[in-house]
This record gives sequence, structure tokens and C-alpha cells, in this order.
Amino acid sequence: MKQVAIDRRQFVRGSAALGASALVAGVPGLTQAQSPITVGFIYVGPRDDFGYNQAHAESAAALKKMAGVKVLEEENVPETQAVQKSMQGMISQDGATLLFPTSFGYFDPHILSVAPKNAKVRFAHCGGLWTAGKHPANAASYFGYIDEGQYLNGVIAGHMSKSKKLGFIAAKPIPQVLRNINAFTMGARSVDPKITTTVIFTGDWALPVKEAEATNSLADQGVDVFTMHVDSPKVVVETAARRGKFVCGYHADQSKLAPQAYLTGAEWNWITAVTTMVDAARTGKPHPNFVRGGLKDGFIKTSAYGSMVPAGARKQADDIKARMMNGSFDIFAGELKDNTGKVVIAKGTALKQTAVELESMNYLVEGVIGKV
Amino acid sequence: MSRSMQFVEALVLPVLALTGALLAFGLFVVGTGRDPVQAWGLLFLGAFGDAFSIQNTLQRAAPLMLTALCVALPARAGLTVIGGEGALVAGALACAALPYLMPLPQGAGGTLLVLVASALAGAGWIALAGWLRQWRGVNETISSLLLAYLAINLFKHVVEGPMRDPASLNKPSTLPLDESIRIGSMGTMDVHWGLVWGLAACVAAFIWLSFTTHGLATRIVGGNRRAAGLIGLPSTALILTACALGGAAAGLAGGIEVAAVHTAANASVIVGLGYTGILVSFVARHHPLAIIPVAILLGGFGAAGSMLQRRMGLPDASVHVLLGFAFVLVLAAECWRGRLRLPRWLSARAALPVPAREGA
Repeated sequence: MKQVAIDRRQFVRGSAALGASALVAGVPGLTQAQSPITVGFIYVGPRDDFGYNQAHAESAAALKKMAGVKVLEEENVPETQAVQKSMQGMISQDGATLLFPTSFGYFDPHILSVAPKNAKVRFAHCGGLWTAGKHPANAASYFGYIDEGQYLNGVIAGHMSKSKKLGFIAAKPIPQVLRNINAFTMGARSVDPKITTTVIFTGDWALPVKEAEATNSLADQGVDVFTMHVDSPKVVVETAARRGKFVCGYHADQSKLAPQAYLTGAEWNWITAVTTMVDAARTGKPHPNFVRGGLKDGFIKTSAYGSMVPAGARKQADDIKARMMNGSFDIFAGELKDNTGKVVIAKGTALKQTAVELESMNYLVEGVIGKV
Repeated sequence: MSRSMQFVEALVLPVLALTGALLAFGLFVVGTGRDPVQAWGLLFLGAFGDAFSIQNTLQRAAPLMLTALCVALPARAGLTVIGGEGALVAGALACAALPYLMPLPQGAGGTLLVLVASALAGAGWIALAGWLRQWRGVNETISSLLLAYLAINLFKHVVEGPMRDPASLNKPSTLPLDESIRIGSMGTMDVHWGLVWGLAACVAAFIWLSFTTHGLATRIVGGNRRAAGLIGLPSTALILTACALGGAAAGLAGGIEVAAVHTAANASVIVGLGYTGILVSFVARHHPLAIIPVAILLGGFGAAGSMLQRRMGLPDASVHVLLGFAFVLVLAAECWRGRLRLPRWLSARAALPVPAREGA
């Protein structure tokens, strides 16, 4: 048992360091007594989807290794009355006091309806919807700036593409998705401004057949590097690999699915945010309502480069990554035009990741072929 | 066969089938290296074990009662309609769209109006499938399914386009319904009034089919259309009415989902409640009253599945395994209908001579 205790301490120390470097100032967590806690995770899809849900399930799995933390999980819970019942069940039948309902659609109206009825329970929602004053104080949101990962994907894709045509399979034209498409395209065009990204919106988060069709049709048009923003990138990765094309991953590590085609990927590292929430709950600190971070805060990470990525490409991406880590790199800086020629960010303006304008992005940048 | 025997059979066969399904599920649980007794216990606890579980089950059952009627009513008129999801989606859209079209009164009046709009939209949608069959000879099973896809895409187009609330950035939705129009919980229970609508619709459908001339005529059309034609029944009108009533039920389910749960129309409404209704209706043999317990049973499976995941770490798919066993056995048990034998000394008097068939 002693062995385990040491492992846990090291783990807590490591995650506390990460947590401290995140937005929440001074969460030492170690000096104070940590009471045992029951934590519930709810996923909208299967937890082994190689995507959105797996990224969250990985943080739940890491949390299970901490002593004194009991983790409950439920998968395939739709964004209906069902999730309200799952949350309430975890609270009243299993004694959970901190919940991670992970799907974007769980917040409004579901968390907003359950949270006020359970004032002593903390809710931490992934997606960034919580607003001070408007939403209950026992709810919170955490999110990461994964467009940094997509920018780096773009840099590698820009080096690997021979046809100069990239493909992006996206679910819906909403701000978070547009931000990723734009970052990916700008990363690629920083390598070669002749590169274009063709985007196809499938219309929903998990439509495997449409995702495969979109990938095939772009491959037919000469696209040779793909990336995506759908809940499970599995289909796009496998289809692109089967067509002999390259692919950059998203959400989680998909390299196992196609090692010969997988260049790199933008992955979530939710354990940082999750540990911040759990530590606060166990030490009785106020619920950290607003938690955000990017690469430098340990909220996101990149997949290891595939063996086919040459040294030059790695170096350029690593250099930009180093600048992102020290905070001297802004993806969305002027002058930036959208793909109709309109200036969307004026010359001399550089938007930090926290900028509110970025949260309501409604354009595709120059070099993207597609329409919002 | 005597009426009482039929009644006994109608009870005994499903109970036998469910017992078999639970036993088979126990074997499955043993196969995953877990304790089947604990699993059975949790199934009961999760579905009906305490007040929370019962409310959980009833809440999940409520929309299924309405979507099952969308299969059952056309089925009694002889049509196999499986596109209830389309009517539900059309109903949800109509519920959210009405405030865009006209100013609504506050409170119950407004609620009633949005629900009527939902029911009308659903009725129109399934009546369209019926119309295609009567006038164009299009198979209603296929057309209702395709119409469901059409409804879903239309819904997404309108919700993410013309009717989109500009404030719904990352989850495109319509403008939320006015607070006073929304449907709340029943008293202190954590179950919304949709349950009462579901129960009332099932009972009303039963009364219509069993005790009205119009319902009888509909059942005659469903039993034998040529005979119905010979005695001068207006088959087409009766079929369209049955379709419209079924569609109205599913449309109402969509409207209630919006008014009681989601507060606005968005993609979260489309989770396959209409398709689950097909299962419910078939297991209930398209009988409106039987739909109620079957929907509750299915809701119970959903609630229990949640419990199995939390307490035993079983995958979500395990409750689908149980469902699979249950439905296969319920359908297989149909083979014994009319063959259940009472002990000989009891049945000897009840036995009827089998009429000889000509030609064969």
C-alpha cells in the first residue's frame, strides 16, 4: 500500500503544479486535508470512441488512480431528461458531490435545472458556457484553446501536402468549429500561402456514413491531408488512411488506427482542469467557476509525430509550439481577411486566446474553400 | 378458445418471456465475470426500487407512450408506419415556431396552443404518408421512414438558419419558449405533465378503437379492406384519420419535449424516441392500453441501465443486451399463443372442434 501512496502523492503534486500554472492562483491542495469524494462523469457517446468522449474518459481513468476518489461513469446518455435523471441519480443514489457532465448540450437546460435543486453539489461542465451572475454558483465551466493544436496540425499538414489541398471534415458551422478550421488553415498557409483547405460540414456530431463520404469525395478531388472536428474522428482517420492520404488527429490520439497515415494530432488533456475542480471540492475551496487554458497551461497536448514527418517540419512546428508555450504567439492577428476578402481583424490588432470576439467567430479565413 | 383463457395467455406469455430474458441476461453478466444476483437486484432497484427510481422510469416512459401510438393507430387500420420520429420532429419544430408566427397568450392558453400546433404538424406529416399510399400507391413503411429523414433535415435547416436564436452560438437553437408557456413538473414529483398526456392519449385511443363506431370501422378496414369496401366503409378516409391521429400523438410528444424539457427546439430533441416507439407498439401488439405497461417497462430498462453502469461498471450496451433478449423472447412467445394447455381435466370441456378446411 505504501507504494501506492507514494505514487498518488507524486501524481497529486504533478497535477497541482499544473493546476497552479492554470488560471486558478494558489491551489496548493497538499497542505490541507483532503476528504474522500465521489465524482460522477457522464458522456454523450461511448467512452472508447477515439474522440471527444474518450478524451474525457481518459481524465476519469486518471482520476480513479487518486486515493480517496470514487469515480462513477455513465456513457451514451442523450441530452434529454435522461441526463437530468442520471445526474440526480448519481447525487441521490450514489452520493456524488462533484459531477462532470461532459457534453456541450448538457448545460442548458439540464445542468441549469438540476444544479439549483442540489445546492451542495458542484457541477463542472466542459464547453465554456458558465457566466457569472447569470448561472448558478455551484456550476462551472472549463474549456481549452485547442485551436493551438489545430494550428500546429496545419503546420505539419502544410509540409506534408504535395497537392497543396487540405481537407477538413466538420460537424456544424459554429464558432468553436470555425475557429479550428481557421487555425488549421492559417498554420498550413504559414508554410505555403498557396495552400487551400476545403471544408465539408456534415451537419451533426456523429454521422459516420456522411463523414466517410465526405472524406472520399475530398480525396477524389485531390486532397492529400485531412483533419476534422467531429465527435469521433475514427471514420475520417481510417478512410483517409485507406485512400493512402495523411491525416492529423483531433480530441484524442488516433495514431493506433493508422500509424502509417497519422502525422500528429490536437488532443485534450482534461486531467488538468478536472484536478483543479476535484482539489477545490476536497479542500472546501470555492468552486472554480471559470477555468480555461491552452498548451502552456496543460489543457491540451499534441500527439507524437508520425515517423514520416521530416525533421524540417518538426522543427518549424516545435518552434511555434515553444512560442505558444511562452505566450509570445497569437494565432488570430491582423491583418486577417475572410474568404470573401473582407477584413475581419484589422492590421496591428492581435487577439489573445481569451478575447471574447473569438468566441463568436462567424467567418472562414482566406484560403478556406467553403461557406458558413 | 375462451375469453378468459385468452386473457390468461396475454398475461402469462409476456411474463414467461421476461423471466427468460432476465435469466439469459444473468448468464451474460456471469460471462463478464460479475455477480448476476447483484445485477438483478440493481435492475429492480434502478427501475422501481425507490421513489426516485419510479419517477425516473415514468419520466422515460412518457414520450414512448405517445410515439408508440403513432405506430399502433395506423397499424389498426392496416398500415405499418415506422416514421414516428418524423412526426415528433415536425411537432417539436411547430411548437417552437408558433411564437414566431403569432403572439401567444401567457400561461396555460399558450401551452395549449403550442401543443395543438405540434399535434397538427405531426398529424399532417403521417397523413402525408397515408395519402401517398392511397393516391400514389407508395408503400407507407418506406415513405414514412424517408419522410422522417426529410423532417430531420428540414428541422435542422430551419433551426440552424431562419429560426436560430443569435445567442445560441455553439448549440444552434430556436428562441426559448416563454417561461409561462413551458410545461412543469407534477406537484412535488420530478415528472413533468407529459406523462399525463401520454396516459390520456393511450386511454382515449383505446376508447376510440373499442367503443366507437368509427373505431370499429377502422379496425374492420385494418382487418380486411375488401370486406370493408363491400359493406361500404370509406376506407381511405378511415386510413387517413388513423394516420393523422397517430401522427398527432407523436407530434404532441415532440411538442412536450420542447415545452417541458428543452425549452427551445434544437438537435437534442432528435434522439430516436420515435424509433423506440416502434418497439413499444409491436411488443404491445398495437393495443393502446398495453402500450402503457410496455412503455413503463422500457423506461424502467433505461433507468436500470443507468444504475448498472454506475454501480457495476457494466457498459451501456449491456442494457441493450437485456432489451434484445426481452424482445426476441416476447416475439418468440407469440408462437405459443393459442397453444397453452390447461391440465386435461380442465380443458376437456373447453376444447372446440377444429373446422375442416376445404381444398387446403
